[in-house]
Amino acid sequence: MTENSTPDLRVSIGGLKLRNPVMTASGTFGYGDEYAEFVDLNRLGAIVVKGLSLRPRQGNPPPRIVETPAGMLNAIGLQNIGINAFIKKKLPFLRQLRTPVIANFFGDSIGEYVRAAEKLDNTDGIHALEMNISCPNKQAGWSIFGTDPKVTFKVVTEVRQAVDKPLIVKLSPNVTDISIMARAAEDAGADAISAINTITGMVIDIKSRKPRLANTTGGLSGPAIRPVAVRMVWECYRAVSIPVIGMGGIVSAEDAVEFMLAGAAAVAVGTGNFIRPGITIDVIEGIRSYMKSSCIRSMRELTGAAQC
Amino acid sequence: MSRLFTATVTENRRIIKDHYLITLHPSGKIKKPGPGTFFMLDVNTGFDPLLKRPFSLHRWLGRDFQLLYRTAGKGTYLLSKKRKGDTLEVLGPLGNGFPVRKKAKNIMLVAGGIGIAPIIGLAEALVPSKSVIKKGGMHKNLPVLFYGARTKNEILCTDDLRSLDMEPIISTDDGTLGKKGNIVNVIKRYLTAHPSRVRDSVFFACGPTPMLKALSTFAVRHKIRGYAALEEHMACGIGTCLGCVVQTSRGHKRVCREGPVFPIEEIIW
Ligand SMILES: Cc1cc2nc3c(=O)[nH]c(=O)nc-3n(C[C@H](O)[C@H](O)[C@H](O)COP(=O)(O)OP(=O)(O)OC[C@H]3O[C@@H](n4cnc5c(N)ncnc54)[C@H](O)[C@@H]3O)c2cc1C
Ligand SMILES: Cc1cc2nc3c(=O)[nH]c(=O)nc-3n(C[C@H](O)[C@H](O)[C@H](O)COP(=O)(O)O)c2cc1C
Ligand code: FES
Repeated sequence: MTENSTPDLRVSIGGLKLRNPVMTASGTFGYGDEYAEFVDLNRLGAIVVKGLSLRPRQGNPPPRIVETPAGMLNAIGLQNIGINAFIKKKLPFLRQLRTPVIANFFGDSIGEYVRAAEKLDNTDGIHALEMNISCPNKQAGWSIFGTDPKVTFKVVTEVRQAVDKPLIVKLSPNVTDISIMARAAEDAGADAISAINTITGMVIDIKSRKPRLANTTGGLSGPAIRPVAVRMVWECYRAVSIPVIGMGGIVSAEDAVEFMLAGAAAVAVGTGNFIRPGITIDVIEGIRSYMKSSCIRSMRELTGAAQC
Repeated sequence: MSRLFTATVTENRRIIKDHYLITLHPSGKIKKPGPGTFFMLDVNTGFDPLLKRPFSLHRWLGRDFQLLYRTAGKGTYLLSKKRKGDTLEVLGPLGNGFPVRKKAKNIMLVAGGIGIAPIIGLAEALVPSKSVIKKGGMHKNLPVLFYGARTKNEILCTDDLRSLDMEPIISTDDGTLGKKGNIVNVIKRYLTAHPSRVRDSVFFACGPTPMLKALSTFAVRHKIRGYAALEEHMACGIGTCLGCVVQTSRGHKRVCREGPVFPIEEIIW
């Protein structure tokens, strides 16, 4: 390839323009500031911050994490400082960056989702919203918002009507058929889909016969879940016409490319940040060299190009 | 001075069964680690084990540093197999460390088992050398070090203890060395015999949870200040995953950021 045909890594997700397709997965990158000493934050495609709620949350009691083969279970319980503190204490730092900021948020009722979304929508320096629907619904006996397509449709519709910024819906993998959930989100007006959140798991200590997490169950992440995530991204890609952001166990550029071939327009790196704090930059550069050596000029040529 | 660096193993020596002392040489200059801070080590390049392992600073050698560890599972087993010349990715120094500048007339160091690892470094930081103390003629009592272990063979760092200018008071569960029984009971008896030591005193402790809990109950009851180094499972080590929290009277606090050292009276056991 010649000099002037360097690959173009730019992507557009529901109107949000990214300089490259690599984001950070919510809950694995804090509010960005902690990683500034390890990563040039201005080189990232986007920063997705830890899940936010209207009020601060204490989260679950410890122990909250346990390692599993090539993965980890977490039961953080959505601990966060709350939207107001985020805006006051964390957003000023993020505003100085050139990188778009995506606010991940959740609620435990439809009303809370809507109010949280409105607040974030009306705040400068937040470029898109990512709605985490893997949360228990107070009004429906704490069953998860993201496992019943009717509930998903309802909550996304209400949030959609309340906000103008690009709205990404992050799906739970703990369902029988994720394509139904993806379609519900699209029908309700989502601009993009994120897939996947963590897969519910459990580890028992055979000596004490007790679960290793205080919360009994937790969410599995890391390389262990990658094949499941790739399959689900592929199913979402076939089911909807809005962009899909793929995540689940990405620790290298090759992993990211695999998600793109399955249909991801962009990707997010989560647990990988814990293993190597500078991993996101390696993934970006690795995608660039892959594209160069495979004579791929734009991301569009890559997304969904798997021959299935 | 990045807190993410490559280090070369210069020595990885088995001291006693299941216990090792590793000396690491960072590729570049690193931030000076204080007593009670810790490092996260990538024990392998693959994904099982996936996460880095946390270890307290044992001793800072000016550029190199030492860690003292006990093999517990897969990660520490792999670490014990490292040879001179092997390299590792390291993150650190992390955490707050012991508040060594806290002024107190009576400093009491308390170590249980492998908890001696950071306590030796702390002791050395508190008592630079015999001569300084003698010349200065400080109106302070020398720190006392209480050290409990299961049995005589598991008492570590005996040479270091000897060269420190402080008297170690040792106890073993089976009575094979020092006093018999748990170290907190030994502390209680010691303070009953030396009531002057109770006033204006502070504990710095590291060890198993039951020991720290018993010590903290005792300290709070007698209004003795204290600081304990805690452990919790960690993923990131830098405050982002919120996986390592402990319950305190000021809410959930991250062991890797607000800790690992916490004021004893704030910890909810
Ligand atoms: C701040 C801090 C300082 C420490 N300093 C020392 C030290 O100086 N010397 C020493 O021998 N040990 C120390 N530990 C404990 C040490 O980190 C564990 O023994 C080690 O992680 C066990 O790993 P493994 O793979 O061998 O065991 P496994 O049991 O197979 O580990 C499985 C998972 O549990 C985690 N884990 C297991 N035990 C502990 C523990 N006690 N604390 C935290 N995570 C744990 C591991 O990191 C890993 O993610 C410290 C822990 C912390 C949090
Ligand atoms: C410690 C931890 C905390 C997380 N917190 C959130 C969160 O607050 N909101 C959310 O939507 N997803 C959260 N996730 C899920 C990740 O964003 C991601 O979807 C998942 O971990 C799969 O990607 P990975 O295997 O690369 O980590 C969290 C994951 C981890 C490991
Ligand atoms: S280990 Fe991640 S917050 Fe402490």
